[in-house]
Amino acid sequence: MAIFIDENTKILIQGYTGRIGSFHAQEMIGYGSNVVGGVTPGKGGTEHLGRPVFNTVKGAVEETGAEASIVFVPPPFAADAIMEAADAGIKYCTCITDGIPAQDMIRVKRYMRRYKKDSRMRLTGPNCAGTISPGRAMLGIMPGNIYSTGRIGVIGRSGTLGYEAAEQLKELGLGISTSVGIGGDPINGASFRDVLEEFEKDDDTDAILMIGEIGGPQEAEGAEYARDHMTKPVIAYIAGLSAPKGRTMGHAGAIVTTSGESAAEKVEILKAAGVTISPTPSDMGSTVASVVAKLKDAA
Amino acid sequence: MDIHEYQAKELLSKFGVPIPRGGLAYSPEQATYRANEIGGSVWVVKAQIHAGARGKAGGVKICRGDEDIWNAADGLLGKKLVTTQTGPQGKLVSRLYIEEGTNIEKEFYLSLVMDRAKERIVVCASANGGMDIEEITETEPDSLLSVVVDPAVGMQGFQAREIAFGLGIEPALVNKFERTILGCYRAFRDLDATMVEINPLVITGENTVVALDAKMSFDDNALFRRPQISELRDKSQEDARETYASDRGLSYVGLEGDIGCIVNGAGLAMATLDMIKYSGGDPANFLDIGGGASPERVQKSFRAVLRDGNVKAILVNVFAGINRCDWVAKGVVLAVEELNIKIPVIVRLAGTNVEEGRKIIAESGLKIEPARSLRDAAEKAVAAARDNPAQAA
Repeated sequence: MAIFIDENTKILIQGYTGRIGSFHAQEMIGYGSNVVGGVTPGKGGTEHLGRPVFNTVKGAVEETGAEASIVFVPPPFAADAIMEAADAGIKYCTCITDGIPAQDMIRVKRYMRRYKKDSRMRLTGPNCAGTISPGRAMLGIMPGNIYSTGRIGVIGRSGTLGYEAAEQLKELGLGISTSVGIGGDPINGASFRDVLEEFEKDDDTDAILMIGEIGGPQEAEGAEYARDHMTKPVIAYIAGLSAPKGRTMGHAGAIVTTSGESAAEKVEILKAAGVTISPTPSDMGSTVASVVAKLKDAA
Repeated sequence: MDIHEYQAKELLSKFGVPIPRGGLAYSPEQATYRANEIGGSVWVVKAQIHAGARGKAGGVKICRGDEDIWNAADGLLGKKLVTTQTGPQGKLVSRLYIEEGTNIEKEFYLSLVMDRAKERIVVCASANGGMDIEEITETEPDSLLSVVVDPAVGMQGFQAREIAFGLGIEPALVNKFERTILGCYRAFRDLDATMVEINPLVITGENTVVALDAKMSFDDNALFRRPQISELRDKSQEDARETYASDRGLSYVGLEGDIGCIVNGAGLAMATLDMIKYSGGDPANFLDIGGGASPERVQKSFRAVLRDGNVKAILVNVFAGINRCDWVAKGVVLAVEELNIKIPVIVRLAGTNVEEGRKIIAESGLKIEPARSLRDAAEKAVAAARDNPAQAA
């Protein structure tokens, strides 16, 4: 069944008619995602890529029954677009936009709390590559062909490092149930912990690979959750071993400001929680493979 | 983005935070002139650099006359000040801030940060002013007070008073503290800061409250709507390699090693540096070329990497999604030809159009070493850097 999205999920594209939105909308449609339309304020009533365009997310949801959205809106307006999706009853939203001010994201997170937990939109990103349930649906900007279908769940901050993992898994004959990008920003939507919780409940996922990096508390929270609440094995790689303290390594959130945020410290925390560590980025696939082999032996 | 103390003070004072009188100087003559303008009999000459712990490193001098000020300024200007926060290379002092002496009665610590676990602005304070925050959390953790601000309504007066009373401020001064704390909060919020630190915030012998030092950092992602903050950027405080790259829209961090790196995506770039380390080498830089990397952008990246004279080999690692490997390969070939690169270049391509990309590299006739995987690339780069006695520049 995968998590968050499958072939039936009705998808809406926010920032549909722009250059980037159009390009990726086409890719997603080509992959077989169920794209039902898009939103570009002022272009409502027209058609784009054979699908209707709406002025508002609310209007689009009323007409199409859209359940998920992907945001390509530029940074100054992206927070507004996410809040619009949350208000219109979208269940799952991923935001690709890189460069949203952190205080805007603080407001977004606060705004989403207006809705009761069971009706609250689930957000992933911003500054991520999106979500893909291979063979079912792609809600993102990744090259779909590198993901094979299978039973490994993947959670990562970085897009291209996630591609690296998908390729390593594919070469070893391992496929993916769902791969979820949570993004490289300091204030983001779903955390490692939140997505681990979904994978633990998912019948199509046997083991989970989490790809973290320096900065912030979310890898440690994920470790604690895996230790206390999970039956499925978790494998992790943490990027940024050689990152100097106090420097932003590309991602706005990849900065070590306080203790517990460096790669070495996170690895220790994860190890102590019983998570299997991939010692280098080139061993992500093989580490997952050895854990999965042990699962099979035990069964 | 970081700014200088004097800039932070100027910004904060507009939000009602009291600061001592002071002025900027670029020369010893100006320094004495400023002191005379300010008046009084004791002044402080403070080196303006983007790093803390200046006091212990000799960057803050208390002076009692023209000659004193002239000597202090003469000694500091043009000097590379090395503090516990600058790294061994230090930071160049080219501006001085001359301030009236303050009669310190008691020192406090005050800071506002963006708390990533709480996803809120958090205000912290301690009665152990003058110590840095690491010291306080280590030695006096119980002295640390904090309040969390609800972004829907902003910081409230009662929260600032809670801090003031918690610090043991006498009732007559609580209002002044409240105004100072709320002023810092408004500056943080309205200017898209990521950090405000007043250390120390002092009560003077004359029973006034004043911010004796001030530090502010800003959210780079919000600079598009804060032009007045962007203008405060001081490139002399940055690594020259980083200034060059950032002026060309590249995300670059200079490091100490000898293997130049050109990678797409921040996570993969960090992982590439890690893989170099695991293979026994040392990366010279972090560089993320970003999403749609055109041949021109790849060439720009080579220029940026080659500005570092320590570089003995270059590793290109691109996993193309939106990107196309053939484009990246064209960029690599163009760069190696036009920049006449003599040091080893190792290229690992994966993803969209990978076969076309590899073909372009193979058929270029140039000495570019292809690699099949990240590990292969890192090992080849480490070996190449070790065997190459020549340097880029």
